[in-house]
Amino acid sequence: MDIIVCVKRVPQTAEAEVKVDSSKKDIIKDRLTFDMNESDTYALEEAILLKEKYGGTLTVVSLGPVETEDTLRIALAKGADHAIRIKAEDFGELDGYKTAQILKELIEDVKYDLIFTGCMATDDAYSQVGVTLAELLGIPHATMVTKIEVVDNKAYVHRELEGGLLEHLEIVLPALCTIQTGINDPRYASLIAIRRAAKKEIKALGKSEIPSENITLNSILEELFTPPVGKRAEILTGSMDEISTKLSGIMKEKGLI
Amino acid sequence: MNDILALVEHRQGAIRDITYELLTCGRKLAEKQNTKLTAVLLGHGTDKMIEQLKSKAHRLLVIDNELYKEFNAETYQITLADIIQKQNPFLILIGHTAFGWDLCPALATQLRIPFTTDCLDVEITDSIIKVTRQMFDGKLNAHVTLREHPSYVVTLRSGSIPAEDGNLTAEINKMETPVTVEPEYRKFIEYIEAAIGEVDITKADIVVSVGRGIKDQSNLPLLEDFANTVGGVLGCSRPVVDAGWLPKDRQVGSSGKTVKPKLYIALGISGAFQHIVGMKAADTIIAVNKDPNAPIFNEADYGIVDDLFKVVPALKSKIVELRQAKG
Repeated sequence: MDIIVCVKRVPQTAEAEVKVDSSKKDIIKDRLTFDMNESDTYALEEAILLKEKYGGTLTVVSLGPVETEDTLRIALAKGADHAIRIKAEDFGELDGYKTAQILKELIEDVKYDLIFTGCMATDDAYSQVGVTLAELLGIPHATMVTKIEVVDNKAYVHRELEGGLLEHLEIVLPALCTIQTGINDPRYASLIAIRRAAKKEIKALGKSEIPSENITLNSILEELFTPPVGKRAEILTGSMDEISTKLSGIMKEKGLI
Repeated sequence: MNDILALVEHRQGAIRDITYELLTCGRKLAEKQNTKLTAVLLGHGTDKMIEQLKSKAHRLLVIDNELYKEFNAETYQITLADIIQKQNPFLILIGHTAFGWDLCPALATQLRIPFTTDCLDVEITDSIIKVTRQMFDGKLNAHVTLREHPSYVVTLRSGSIPAEDGNLTAEINKMETPVTVEPEYRKFIEYIEAAIGEVDITKADIVVSVGRGIKDQSNLPLLEDFANTVGGVLGCSRPVVDAGWLPKDRQVGSSGKTVKPKLYIALGISGAFQHIVGMKAADTIIAVNKDPNAPIFNEADYGIVDDLFKVVPALKSKIVELRQAKG
């Protein structure tokens, strides 16, 4: 079973303060850490598990700046066979649609049974690349996948719908799945494996290898801004003793204690 | 300007709330642009749905066929591509749901129509589409415009535009399906309902909910103990379930449970919209988070910007004191 996993290196913003930079089109990055997008780590793990079960080749692809090679190296350490970086510096402004077109140019000549992507990148949050790529390649897809079983040339997958409901469906391979978080328990790369992966080749491809004349952008980012404040919470301040006195007082007043 | 199309979303025989939000958005845009709103209903046994929808659009385009009993991105894509090619609508509105997420990028890409996803708002100025959407874990908003084209597809986030009643009388057009052969490459098998756990968090008066900020599974007993002291049950946000620290039936949010307790205490939850939709109806919300700009503070009534591991023990001892004073 040959699998391609598309991953993205993103700033880790879930637990950090995020501020807009002076261009208003990007964020201030110097105090942020970067790592593989969360759902992509699950996509990679799912691919490694399938490879362990069925054999075959696992290739990891990422469109990003040169630092992306660190992220790809971790993927190699975890069990990927090949890693390819597409040079983001060659392609200018990106959106989900453009990224998918670039990936399509690379992938259409490669043999594969499954393509995995994460179901959403936490930075631009478009959730477009996977499904768009499947359409461009002319293969079936399933999004927000929380379980995969491969039997012969079919994949039986669970898709996560709203309210805890799952959809069980069948897709014919080759196919693309966008993987939801929680599908598995992503492994950590061991130190020995990381050391070994340091010696592996990461192919870097740019506009001389990937034709981009007909590639278009759908979405143009005009500006980023701090969301308007709605019903803002009353922020309790003071010493911890004062804060907890206030809070427990409020709870008592409302008849909750 | 050509029509605006809105896709009706239904599941297991019932129209979903997002449909009414899409139709409200579509009516407002159509009114401003002096054009018409068409609701597209693909279903099976659609009479009741037609009744529910007819005041909410200028036109209701219905294809009633067993093929559309359950959602299948492939049959929907073939059908909608056919409708769009024949009618050339200016804008197609689809919900940013598990359904729209699966459908929109493929449909728009097939037709080479510019599209964008997960929008909170849509504006049209001189035939240019500008949307508002969120980025970076919901911490920033963005204005995004779409490449100029005669048609566009936009998906709208659930709950971003409140549904309003309509007073239109839709002209009803029934059509035959353009799908001649059901696609072999993707088949719906069944729905699988969520497993029922030992604790039903939707029945509790007080929910103490924990998120990424609890750092490690080993901290759970402390928080479980706090929930017990407050007289509540322990809920959580998605990352806690993904990590395997609590079962899925404790998850609050769009893919988990929707809770409406008297008190909701969010500990170390930043407040991604998927979480917010599951808890915003609580009577009182208290949030503890280290990030002063965490979106959870836009929903909470009271907030504490500090380390939850300082707040929890202090608050617990105050509550115990109050209980003892009460005797």
